[in-house]
Amino acid sequence: MTGGHQTLALLLFSGFVAVTLAITTWASRRRHGSAEEFYAGGRLFSPMENGFAIAGDYASAASFLGVPGLIVLFGYDGVLYVVGFLVAWLVVLFLVAELVRNCGRFTLADVVASRMRERPVRIAAGASSVTVSVLYLVAQMVGAGSLVALLIGRTSQAAQVWAVIGVGALMVVYVSLGGMRATTWIQIVKAVLLLGGTVTLTVLVLLRFHGDLDRLLLTAAARSGHGPAFLAPGLKYGADWTARLDFISLGLALVLGTGGLPHILSRFYTVPTARAARRSAVWSVGLIGAYYLMAILLGFGAAALVGPQTVRASNAAGNTAVPLLALDLGGGPDSTGGTVLFAVVAAVAFATILAVVAGITLASSASVAHDLYASLRRRGGRQRSEVAVARVAAVGIGVLAIALGLLARGMNVAFLVGLAFAVAASANLPVLLYSLFWRGFTTRGAVWAVYGGLVPALVLVVLSPVVSGSPDSLFPGLDFQYFPLQNPGLVSVPLGFLAGWLGTVTSAELPDEARYAETEVRSLTGAGAA
Amino acid sequence: MQSPNARPSGAGDGPQSPAENHEGHAPAPAAGPETYDDPWYDALASGWGEPAGPDAAVEVPAARRVQRPGPDGGAAGVYLAVQRSAAFQEVRSRYRRFVVPMVAVFLGWYTAYVVAATAAPGFMARPVAGAMNVALLAGLGQFLSTFLFTWAYARHARLRRDRAALELRWDTQERARGLRGGAS
Repeated sequence: MTGGHQTLALLLFSGFVAVTLAITTWASRRRHGSAEEFYAGGRLFSPMENGFAIAGDYASAASFLGVPGLIVLFGYDGVLYVVGFLVAWLVVLFLVAELVRNCGRFTLADVVASRMRERPVRIAAGASSVTVSVLYLVAQMVGAGSLVALLIGRTSQAAQVWAVIGVGALMVVYVSLGGMRATTWIQIVKAVLLLGGTVTLTVLVLLRFHGDLDRLLLTAAARSGHGPAFLAPGLKYGADWTARLDFISLGLALVLGTGGLPHILSRFYTVPTARAARRSAVWSVGLIGAYYLMAILLGFGAAALVGPQTVRASNAAGNTAVPLLALDLGGGPDSTGGTVLFAVVAAVAFATILAVVAGITLASSASVAHDLYASLRRRGGRQRSEVAVARVAAVGIGVLAIALGLLARGMNVAFLVGLAFAVAASANLPVLLYSLFWRGFTTRGAVWAVYGGLVPALVLVVLSPVVSGSPDSLFPGLDFQYFPLQNPGLVSVPLGFLAGWLGTVTSAELPDEARYAETEVRSLTGAGAA
Repeated sequence: MQSPNARPSGAGDGPQSPAENHEGHAPAPAAGPETYDDPWYDALASGWGEPAGPDAAVEVPAARRVQRPGPDGGAAGVYLAVQRSAAFQEVRSRYRRFVVPMVAVFLGWYTAYVVAATAAPGFMARPVAGAMNVALLAGLGQFLSTFLFTWAYARHARLRRDRAALELRWDTQERARGLRGGAS
């Protein structure tokens, strides 16, 4: 990568940072300092705006750089990975979006706590939400670090460290000063940039092949060295039964986890009604679906035009596939077009990471202040404004994410994202669905459902080959691997549901009919909704 | 359980009754400063410990535990009455009749796709036309079915649920307000 790319990419990225900081300043000048404003941006976003913001929140660097990279290296198995991310939105749309909008105020715990004893449930749901968010944040921070190394061309440790610190500092500024209003607008700007960049590259790829998709696929297969096997499943997840089960586990986590991601749930509180929440979910399905279709095309395009050997030589995980494709589409490494396109792609990738981390930080600071701090603070202690606590929490989470991001630098981003989804699917979704749909659900059931999913998910990861027992694991020297799969979802999601059921049937407490009636009536009609 | 003030269930507010005049007002009740006898609203509308600002116009009761009415009266009674009303049962069953089979179908279809891709790669690799094989078609099918299900759900909700739900929302809030008026 030459100096030209680097300078232009930095310039474009600085432009994005300047725009987002301007948005933050504007949003913080208009704020009233209320919780409604800070967590939900005043609840007056339109469905289209929120749909774009959801797409911005959801499409992380893992999908912009990771998915095409997977396809270049493993062909069809990359497609397999993407489908789960999209189908997950049906769970969100059908079972979660409207009902959560109607029942909750700011967080997932609101929905559950409204019909249970508040304190234990809020602590449990708050703790699992923060865990999910921090895992997801660390994944993005690790991605930011390696992105800098890849795109700026400096592989030195110092550049990575400064990238992680810089991203962390910016996200803290966005969130603690601008709250949900600034974060939402940043997501919208980012989603437009991301979609614009992806559409441009897709059009260029299609032009190169004169619109002949068949030839594109055949060229990709021929160049991959795998022939027709490149267009069929099995190159990555087909090695043995452990790998296959591992993929099924990941697929389950992806489909069920999205509905439990705190930063996605909190997006539905930014629109005025459940109907608007539904329409924003419909917008996001359209945008995310179109985006993933184009990402698949870019992956096969990169396989055909750049080739897996070149991509692998640049980055073993394939993360540079899209930037290299941009360079090629623009006319090669030494052309102006190539330089410009490469810089644009690099800047979009940075913007993607920055916006996603801001969204997650906001959601987790809401969990800390609204759920954990509100439940754990000493009674009669000095009252602080909840928003002030949330701002401080954003700083704390930023520091934590920077520290963990630096520690986890060598870890695989896709694995960390998969893990965050698995924890969300095991700890958050069971309790949410039980609360909304099960008349007999009790407080003990709710608490057990959360911890019964959270603890196994985390324990199984510690016992998995990711942490020990194989050459690529975190501690290659040690061996306490007792669980063969990398993703715990296949075991921990059923355990979460089972624990919730078990806790409910064993508890002496009678379910509160009146409060269930309230949840049910509210969730379906929106009566008394915030 | 039913509060004496609650109207008899389902009287003249069935899902078929006209609601055009309410249609445009959907966000209004949420934005207005009225209070409902509503534990969520009271306890959480503004964050705790906030200085009295424009949002603090809503009077926040000091202790929600005391405020939350028992199941025999107050808002809880209203919600129980609404839950038992024919109109609400209709909305709920429309929602469930649509969502339960659809969720079963798309989860089954996705599981079948993932299991086929991992367990039967030979079948998935079978060529169909040109570069297209079963796997690529199935992947495209997942995208198409997701779009189709999204469209069907939005349409079903818009045509079959929204109006009745809005009616019920108004009715529930009216009842809750009437109750407060009667009690004070």
